[in-house]
Amino acid sequence: MSGKRTTDPHSGTETTGHEWDGITELDTPLPRWWLWIFYGCIAFAIGYWVLMPSWPYPGGYTKGLLHNSTRAQVAVDLAALKAQRAVQGQALTNASLEQIEKDPKLQAYALTLGQITFNENCTACHGHGGTGSKGYANLRDDVWLWGGSLEDIQTTITHGIRSQDPETRMSKMPSFGADGLLKPGEVNDLTEYVVALSHRKASAGAVARAAPLFANNCAVCHGPEGKGNQAFGAPNLTDRDWLYGPDRASIHDQIWYGRGGVMPNWGARLDANTIKALTVYIHANAGGS
Amino acid sequence: MASIFKNHAKLERHSMLLLLFIVIVVSIGGLVEITPLFFLESTIEKVDGMRPYTPLEVEGRDIYIREGCYLCHSAMIRPLRDEVERYGHYSLAAESMYDHPFQWGSKRNGPDLARVGGKYSDAWHRDHLINPRSLVPESIMPPYRFLAEHDLDYRDIKDKLRTLKTVGVPYSEAEIASAAEDLKAQADPNQSPTKLKAHYGDKLNIRDFGGGPDRVTEMDALIAYLQMQGTLVDFSTYKADAPANTR
Repeated sequence: MSGKRTTDPHSGTETTGHEWDGITELDTPLPRWWLWIFYGCIAFAIGYWVLMPSWPYPGGYTKGLLHNSTRAQVAVDLAALKAQRAVQGQALTNASLEQIEKDPKLQAYALTLGQITFNENCTACHGHGGTGSKGYANLRDDVWLWGGSLEDIQTTITHGIRSQDPETRMSKMPSFGADGLLKPGEVNDLTEYVVALSHRKASAGAVARAAPLFANNCAVCHGPEGKGNQAFGAPNLTDRDWLYGPDRASIHDQIWYGRGGVMPNWGARLDANTIKALTVYIHANAGGS
Repeated sequence: MASIFKNHAKLERHSMLLLLFIVIVVSIGGLVEITPLFFLESTIEKVDGMRPYTPLEVEGRDIYIREGCYLCHSAMIRPLRDEVERYGHYSLAAESMYDHPFQWGSKRNGPDLARVGGKYSDAWHRDHLINPRSLVPESIMPPYRFLAEHDLDYRDIKDKLRTLKTVGVPYSEAEIASAAEDLKAQADPNQSPTKLKAHYGDKLNIRDFGGGPDRVTEMDALIAYLQMQGTLVDFSTYKADAPANTR
């Protein structure tokens, strides 16, 4: 099978020396461009070993002449970002929330930072632009469960609602039906009472029966007239704004189960300046009180 | 030099010999690349707070894998400025030390989930998993309503922990023995958490994660896993700029 390497007379290329039944095989060399790229890659790899962190060995690894470190680099990048934001950042730190709102330049900065932060962190629950949905408060109106002043908003963002923060805003509406505090009929009557509170047509008999129930069970938080109390996050029941829905079934469910939403304590995730900017953004967006 | 190439011709002409030498060469390459990693003490950072996953979190993680969450969600924050700005501290090797296999993923149709723990409420996760569009109108995530309807099947939870122990997760025999009990205790706030806390420490979410108080659903397990994601390491004691931790 193997024989002598000869030169093919037609192409002038050497043959491999194999020969099968008179057929020989050309030993065409690799294209030069390919070969040089191949050698170049080998040279690059050797250069890479020398310059960059590459070879592991027991107890460590070769650090490379450039001492490249993605973790050190990100620290540098973040520090640069902080320096870039230092001037306005310092102004945000120094100014009170009211002062930020009064200084147009600082306010514009806070609104931009607040909007970016809101879009990344808050829209998931509160919706785009803060329009909310069932169970998640609308931040575009002037109805506030826990207060709409700048300080109130800042506290809510920082410590959350029913969150893991020890200073969280906390209240728990009892599950009047599910825990057997009220009988099913009483919950039905109370539902009618709440419907009547919001200036809608309701069964007069049920409203009359529910009046003492409301006074004994609900007035503590929602007030004797059902106007709510922001100290407990107890919503006003006489307006047209409903966290869990305005219809009888939703109101009934709320009395039955006493749901309460959880808002995370963003103080654990966002820095103080960002929370300030977010506060100003939400306050401006919603027509806060 | 020429003789080496001449001998190489022998390899080229004997396929079994060639196969043998290929195996030898690939083994050397593999050993050189992989073996040092097992002895590299600096791979996993020394951190406080990292613990093996609780039985409920293990089950949630298995649902995460079963539903292929990793296909659209990465769970690895790279040390890049914009990612750290958006998601929080970059992921540490230590945070994956009990992952077999890790769920870093490589595709980001959805946001990174490495630090999603505590970012949203349980109710949000439940509503969002049932119908993502109800909360995020532009979302392309499929709905996972059935998770809330399926009771969690955790009959084999002991075996799962034992398997994880085999590959290096330090579960004690007591933890394996009471796995089912610990699982129920984490999902039901009415049960005593004493044993669960003795096994896994205080850094635990113990509550009804949204499946209803009287049952443990797949929804409970998945939300328990998600709410733990990225919350274990105590970054107040972690020195990111220590020489051992920069790389």
